[in-house]
This record gives sequence, structure tokens and C-alpha cells, in this order.
Amino acid sequence: MATDVISESGAKSDFWQGVRLSMPVVVASAPFAVLFGALAVDNGFSVLEAFLMSALVYGGASQMVGIQLFGQHVAPWLIVLSIFAVNFRHVLYSAGIGRRIAHWPIIQQALGYFILTDPQFAVAEARAQSGQTVGFAWYLGLGLPVYVFWIIESALGAVFGKLIPDTHALGIDFLLPIYFLGLVLGFRKRPLWLPVVIASGAASIVAYKTVGSPWHVSIGAIAGVLLAVLLPPHHSGVGERP
Amino acid sequence: MSTTFWIIIAGATATYLTRIGGHLVISRFDTIHPRVEAGLNAVPAAVLTTLVAPELLNAGPAEWAALVVTAVVSLRGGLMAMFLAGAAVLIVARQFVG
Repeated sequence: MATDVISESGAKSDFWQGVRLSMPVVVASAPFAVLFGALAVDNGFSVLEAFLMSALVYGGASQMVGIQLFGQHVAPWLIVLSIFAVNFRHVLYSAGIGRRIAHWPIIQQALGYFILTDPQFAVAEARAQSGQTVGFAWYLGLGLPVYVFWIIESALGAVFGKLIPDTHALGIDFLLPIYFLGLVLGFRKRPLWLPVVIASGAASIVAYKTVGSPWHVSIGAIAGVLLAVLLPPHHSGVGERP
Repeated sequence: MSTTFWIIIAGATATYLTRIGGHLVISRFDTIHPRVEAGLNAVPAAVLTTLVAPELLNAGPAEWAALVVTAVVSLRGGLMAMFLAGAAVLIVARQFVG
């Protein structure tokens, strides 16, 4: 392995390795960026405002919820609170990935957390799990294309949104669940994987039916994490290290 | 500045707080308790599962076919292969079962 060779060409190839891994994310998120732009304008945003929201918030589901509530003339503070609620799961990502990027300079870390989306976290965490270093060049290669395409496609959706054909026949509404399922399965070799998946899945479905969206995400996630915390350490493989 | 603008700024700030907040809390501790570490290791499976599970409630034959193919391909192939296979099955199946 050449991951400990720190040179310009090493960083360059790390960057492009990240770019390659970003491609499925770019493809899967493209329809949502366009859809967001179209919905934003439909709900009273200007093209510039749709672009700004994608560039600054950079969280698909929370942007959709925000737009929806804005269109219903909900109080601004409630819109912001809803965006916070939808994005609350990132607190867990942040706590998890912090262990992997603590060696970066502070500015790079600050930028790294800004682009910490679901796939960004999952793919970076998978790399760390395989024993490789999560370097800044690689992380940026993974995240930058997704970000750039996201904001450009949001603006395009805002301008040309009315032209979107039948999204159902194209399967657009179900691309992200497919992608997320693949990510979940990618972690199947981790200790406690199956119990955690069952606990989170069951809790999120119950919460979805009772409390409702978006809280089912936080509730389901906490159920799975709590299970891993409560089970004796020898199950989780953590206490075995010297 | 318009109300919309301030909603965007506040929403962006709230989002950034969630993205950096977990790290700020965890980094206050010198050592991480094994149980906390076990919990952190469970984060990917725990969170990502909640993004898929409720979708199963409304999934029809086309969606199920896509998920099963995705799962099978993910046992062998990489992320891109499994995503493209799942998406292809979904699009084809929806032409027949809507």
C-alpha cells in the first residue's frame, strides 16, 4: 500500500480515486437537485435563492422539506427548525467521522464537515474501516463533484423545471433508497451489523407510523446505536484491542 | 434582505451545526469509552437503514425486485455495479407494473 507516501502525485491520485467513487452519488442525486430547483421556484423561490439554498444548506431532504413548508407559508422559525430536525442525523456522522479526520489542519476539517452528507460519511467510513487513511485530497475528490453538480443542477431545475418528464417511469423517486441499501450492505462485515440493522429498521418503521417523518430517522438511528452501546463490549469487537 | 434569504442563512447555519456538533462534543473527551466507540461504529448501519426501511412500506413489485437485485449484486460487485443494476431493474420493471 502506498497510502503513507505523501507526495503531490500521491495526493493527486488520491483525489481522482475519490472522484471515481463520487460518480454513483452524482448520478443518484442529480434528479433530486433538478427536482429541488423546480419545486423551489414553484413554491415562490427565485432562481438565485434556490441556488443559494443548495450551495449553503447542501442537504437534499432538508431542502425539500424547507421548500414545502415555505410554500405553505409556515412561520420562518418553524421552517428552520424542520431543516434542523431533518438534518439531525449528521450529529452522529460528525461524531463518527471526527475520529478519522482529526489529523487534518483545522481549516480542512471545517470544510470537511461542511460537505458531510450521507454518502460522504458512508464511503469515508468504509475506507477507514478497510484500514486506509482518510486523507483530505481523497475526501475532497469524493465530495467536490457531488457538491458542484448539486448546485448547478439545482439552478438548472429552477430555470427549466417545467420540462421534467414522467419522473415515476424513470424510477427517480426510488434511486436513493437503492443507493442507500447498497451502502448499508457494504458495512455487513462489521460486528453487530445485523442486530443494529434490525433494531434501526424496526424502530424507524414504528416511528414513521406513529411520530411521523422526519423524526423516524433520528429515532431509528438512536435505537441502533443504543443497542451497540448496551450490548457487552465483547460482542462489538471494540474491547479486544490492547 | 428578504425573509427567504434569512431562512436560507439560518437553515444553513443549523445544518452546519449538526455536521460539526457531534465532533465538537466527542472531541471534548480525551479517551473514548469502548461502549461509545461501539456505538459510533454502529452509526453507518443505524442511520442508513432508517433511510431505506420506511420505503419498504410503500414498495411494490418493481421496487422489491430492484432492492433484491441490488442486495444480490452488492455481495460481489462494487457500489457502482450494484447501483446501476438496481436502477436498471427498477426502470424496466416499472414499464410493466407501474
